[in-house]
Formats: sequence, structure tokens, C-alpha cells
Amino acid sequence: MNEKTMLDDDHYENVIREESVCTSENLVYERPETLLDTPLHYCPGCGHGVVHRIIAEVVDELGIQEETIGVAPVGCAVFAYNYLNIDMSEAAHGRASAVATGIKRVLPEKYVFSYQGDGDLAAIGTGETIHTCNRGENLLIIFINNGIYGMTGGQMAPTTLPGMKSTTSPFGRDVKSMGAPLKITDLVAQLPGTYYVTRQSVHKPANVRKTKKAILKGFQFQKENKGTCFVEVVSNCPSNWKMTPLESNKFLEDQMLPFYPLGDLKNPERKEK
Amino acid sequence: MAKAKGDIVIDIERCKGCELCIEACPQDALEVSRQVNKKGYLYIVKVEDTCTGCESCALVCPEGGVTVYRVQNKKKTQVAQVKNITSDINITVKE
Ligand code: SF4
Ligand code: SF4
Ligand code: SF4
Repeated sequence: MNEKTMLDDDHYENVIREESVCTSENLVYERPETLLDTPLHYCPGCGHGVVHRIIAEVVDELGIQEETIGVAPVGCAVFAYNYLNIDMSEAAHGRASAVATGIKRVLPEKYVFSYQGDGDLAAIGTGETIHTCNRGENLLIIFINNGIYGMTGGQMAPTTLPGMKSTTSPFGRDVKSMGAPLKITDLVAQLPGTYYVTRQSVHKPANVRKTKKAILKGFQFQKENKGTCFVEVVSNCPSNWKMTPLESNKFLEDQMLPFYPLGDLKNPERKEK
Repeated sequence: MAKAKGDIVIDIERCKGCELCIEACPQDALEVSRQVNKKGYLYIVKVEDTCTGCESCALVCPEGGVTVYRVQNKKKTQVAQVKNITSDINITVKE
């Protein structure tokens, strides 16, 4: 009996030794350095966390931690500056792209991006957004579209889908009286000032990789002074959609994506090829 | 062809139990644990030894709490060793 346990112990140890692959040379993915250790305040399963992490990864990859300046919005991502280890500024509601314009014009050699939600960018800040894009400011605008006002408790946003329920459209969005959802990304793609306009999502691993590529391109084009780059990320809001994170991703795929199809809306590099 | 061998480490104090990683894992290696972490979330544990180190769980994790390891191709390191030896004795190999 005793001998057997000893044998088992020995066997167990061997197995562990053989199978432990958690060594530094086997490391293929870890938390990016630019993402601070602060725990995120976002609800479980919220896409904001993924996009923050992607930005941190891109900044790490390009090695531009010292040269990047972000502008945080008002909305759920209002504390974005607590999570990213780069210089960040807060802007009044909707004015992030205007603040970013100022920063970029004073410090043209820095990488400047604004991070905005749909209530911030497409409602209160529509004017700033459109004019920034029209002037072709050399910035990257990252637009998180979850079709609802998250922080304030799930009110209808300009991007809320037709028929979608929110606290201010309890019977579903009625397009006749409330207007149709605003596809602001399609709108800015028409402006001559924008260089690269794309719509991505982060609900699946493959989409996360694509979004990362899009944000990387945004920073690269900014270096080449190409004009405004606009990356929309169709995201979820499990709390205010009143769903579990998994259900919200399913809703995103079934309802949001047919209305907001993914892909590049404007990418001159692609045409040239 | 043998599958790649990998492993993950989940920072359970960061985990919020959203289960997105479970859904994303093509190997069904992850499960919700029966215990909660300090914040009261049911965290995620690896229950199957089938992990290939594909990174899917880490990519979808909103909390950035997953570290992924993958066994690197052994053949490559061997080739490198051979190369070292040949360079030591100065033999150039024509391609
Ligand atoms: S309210 Fe919605 S958008 Fe805001 S953190 Fe929660 S899930 Fe994310
Ligand atoms: S790395 Fe891939 S296989 Fe391993 S647990 Fe994560 S998703 Fe599953
Ligand atoms: S995706 Fe991350 S936060 Fe969500 S359950 Fe998995 S490890 Fe936890």
C-alpha cells in the first residue's frame, strides 16, 4: 500500500515535469505591458476591455508608449486613462475628436487617438466628429458602437437598432417617430478628409485579430500623415441589453452585424494593389 | 499530425466569469469552477488537457487575464543546433 502511493506520487511528479509547458520560451501570449494592472470597472463580458487590450498590444508592438496620447470620452470608457499606461486626456462629452485635434496640432509628431462610444461620438459629438474627419486631421478615432447608452442606464442611442428595446424606447425603436439608426461610419467614409475607414468587431478570436490589424494600420497611416483614420468596433453591452455575455454576442452576430456589416469602407491601400 | 501542445494560466482574481473564453475554446478545455474569487465571480478553470495553445481564450478575454504557452517546434531547435555545429567547423551547405 505504502509502496503503491509512493509509486503514484513518483508517477504524478513525472507527469507534471513532463507536461509543464509554462516556461518562458513557450510563452506565446501575455497581458500587454501598456495595460496597467488596475482591474477594469467594465461589466463582465464587455467589449471595452478587449479593445483596451488591443490598443495596449498595438502600442507595445510599435514601441510607441512614450509617443502616444489618447483622449478618453464620457461614457462607460470614461476611466480609460486609468487602464492604459500612456498619456491620456479626458474630453467633455462628445468633444474627444476636437481635443485630439488640438493635441495633434500642437504635437504633430505624437500618435494621437480618441476612444469614443456611440453616445459620445454619434449623438452629442456628431458635429465634432464630422468636422474632424472633414478637415482630415491626422488622428485615429476608435469608435465603440454597442447601440445603447451604457453608463447612464441603457437609453436609446442614435445607433440603436430598429425595434430594439431600451429604457427610453420600451416598445422598441420606432423608426417613424424616432428616426433610423445613424450609420455614422458610412457617413464619414464619404468625406474627403478620411483616409482609412473600417468596421470591425471583437466577439470572436478571428475578429479580435482583425480589429488589432485595423488599429495597427490606423497608427501607421497616422505616421505617414495620411488623414483621419476611423475604426468602428461593433461591440456588446450585456448589462443594458439585459443578456448574458454569451447571449449578447449572439445578438451582436444575429442582429447588429446584418445592420452594421463588417469590413473596410474606405481603404486606398487595398485598391492600389 | 500530432496536435500542438499548449497550456494556459488564468489569473482567477481578474476573471469575471463571463464565459466568453469557454465559448471560444475549440478544444472545450475550460469550465466554470465551483468556487468564487475575492470579488465573488465564479472564475474559470482548465479542466481538460487538450489545450493546443491557440490563444483563442486569451484573445476574447476582456480582462486580459489569460497567459498562453505553446510548446515550440522541437525540430527547429535541433536544426539550429546542427547549424551551430557546422558553423563551428566552417562547413557551408549549399541550398
Ligand atoms: S454598461 Fe454596457 S458598455 Fe458599459 S461597461 Fe457595462 S456592458 Fe460595457
Ligand atoms: S489556448 Fe486554445 S485550446 Fe488552450 S484553452 Fe485557450 S482556447 Fe482552449
Ligand atoms: S474570458 Fe476572461 S474574464 Fe471571461 S470568463 Fe474567461 S478568463 Fe474570465
